[in-house]
Amino acid sequence: MFAIFKKELRSYFLNAIGYVYVGVFLAISGLLCCYTTLVARTYDTSTYFSLIIISFIILIPLLTMKLFSEEKKLRTEQLLLTAPVSIWGMVFGKFLAAFTLFVSGVLVSCINFFPLAAYHNAEGISDAYDKAVGPVFSIIISSTVGIILIGAAFIAIGLFISSLTENQLAAAIITVAIILGMLLLNMVNNYIENTTVKFIINWVCFMSRFSNFSYGLLDPAALVYYLSIAGVFLLLTVRVYDKRRWG
Amino acid sequence: MIKIEHLVKNYGANCAVDDISFEIKKGEIVGFLGPNGAGKSTTMNILTGYLSSTSGIVEVAGLNVLDYPLEAKKHIGYLPEQPPLYLDMTVEEYLIFTYNLKGCTLNRTKHLEEICDVVKIRDVYKRLIRNLSKGYRQRVGIAQALIGNPEIIIFDEPTVGLDPKQIIEVRNLLRNLGRDHTVILSTHILQEVQAVCDRIIIINKGKIVADELTENITRAVESNRRFQLKICGPQKEVLNMLRQKPGIVHAELTSARDGDAYTYNIESDVGVDIRKSLFYTLAEKGWPLIGMEALGMSLEEVFVAIVDQAADRSARYERGAQKPPRRARVEHELAKTITEKKKSEESEYSALFDDDDE
Repeated sequence: MFAIFKKELRSYFLNAIGYVYVGVFLAISGLLCCYTTLVARTYDTSTYFSLIIISFIILIPLLTMKLFSEEKKLRTEQLLLTAPVSIWGMVFGKFLAAFTLFVSGVLVSCINFFPLAAYHNAEGISDAYDKAVGPVFSIIISSTVGIILIGAAFIAIGLFISSLTENQLAAAIITVAIILGMLLLNMVNNYIENTTVKFIINWVCFMSRFSNFSYGLLDPAALVYYLSIAGVFLLLTVRVYDKRRWG
Repeated sequence: MIKIEHLVKNYGANCAVDDISFEIKKGEIVGFLGPNGAGKSTTMNILTGYLSSTSGIVEVAGLNVLDYPLEAKKHIGYLPEQPPLYLDMTVEEYLIFTYNLKGCTLNRTKHLEEICDVVKIRDVYKRLIRNLSKGYRQRVGIAQALIGNPEIIIFDEPTVGLDPKQIIEVRNLLRNLGRDHTVILSTHILQEVQAVCDRIIIINKGKIVADELTENITRAVESNRRFQLKICGPQKEVLNMLRQKPGIVHAELTSARDGDAYTYNIESDVGVDIRKSLFYTLAEKGWPLIGMEALGMSLEEVFVAIVDQAADRSARYERGAQKPPRRARVEHELAKTITEKKKSEESEYSALFDDDDE
């Protein structure tokens, strides 16, 4: 498993994808942070985090699209599947590689918050309350944990899609569509009156569980929810490979 | 070392491997011979754990592949039909990756150096696999299979796409490996297994047609019965003579011409060497024989020759006792396919003649 993890992480930087991902992610997060806090003259980071999640629509598929589809196309999966490594080890190694790159990006992007701290009690903040309290670091930390969890779930979904097709582009587009669908579902949900439908959508929809994080709470239920979504999709990926062997 | 019992693999309604059983002992070099789509690759993929079987038992080094997949895989080095190479890695990176992937515990630098010397890829060690030629890529694939010094080495068509010099090198390499490894090699080229293997398993349409020592197969192939003749002389009379001559079961005129000589294909009866008497007959008639060439055997004909020969032997030993049922069944099936093939050929010819009439 460790060999696969290392190889995947390396391959991100042997191809341009790793650099493109990190570069684009840091540029987007820097710009968003600047516009939603410094330019808007507020310490409130909730807009920043919800916009960052929207950027995942494009960025996460970039990480996951080639993980399995490329192996299938080049027939290199034969090497992995005939090596003394379990299918779980292979899937988890790949997941971990994408997740590691993702998390490092998010952690590096935390430097965006330093200017906020530096501007603590600065002149020109419009909201008096905001000015008194300053940036709330518990909210920043819990929201960061939240987006990392959402990212983990999205990566697992992307990984699953990638295992279904030989075509990187198809994998990417389907993953984009699914993540986009999830986010749109959340928006639509605000306009739905029927409580049953609302409840179901709330349950399926990723974003509804993010709200607690954005209030500064580390919600264990949401944590379990996101981790199990990731787990389910990893399991499905393993099943895809199992089924191919038996088919 | 390897034991396969009643192995069956179905792809939906399509049966790729149909009740195969064989055993391979330690240190044997076994050739797996069969036409394309015979089930060679499927069998190898099952053996290496890439595919699972529909039914049957596969044991590698005493371990059932289904029950102990990881342990069993540790004993096998596998080169699939298309070498599984990551094009964006250098040879060094790739070999280190497979070294780690296999959880190898030998001294890394020393082990990799040894392997590179064996397959002669020292000079491309630092180059990107993407930029290597087909022959070098194949060798890197072989190197990958050798990492960890597995007891069993399985190669699926290792010489496809190589130039003649590389083919000879790979064959020598296989022979050398056979000294201290169990080697299984699949191919659809008869000469290749003859050159390398101790034992040949011939497989056709998912069934084992023959499982013989190489010497027996070579003997069967040498008892070739089809010749191409170039004879100067009146076309029709020569053909009539050939058709009427005892010992010749089939004679036909081909379209090729060589000066004033016509070309004929003949097939002699089983166990008859027609060449000398044919020469004298032609000399008597005053028709010069300017060429005689043994025609190569197609794989199907090789099967028939081998089955015939084996049947002969068993008949000799058992003094007319009944042939083993498997052989009989296989023979019957082969006879069927051959007649079918002949029929289709005939219809092709008649189609040709029809065209001429128009």
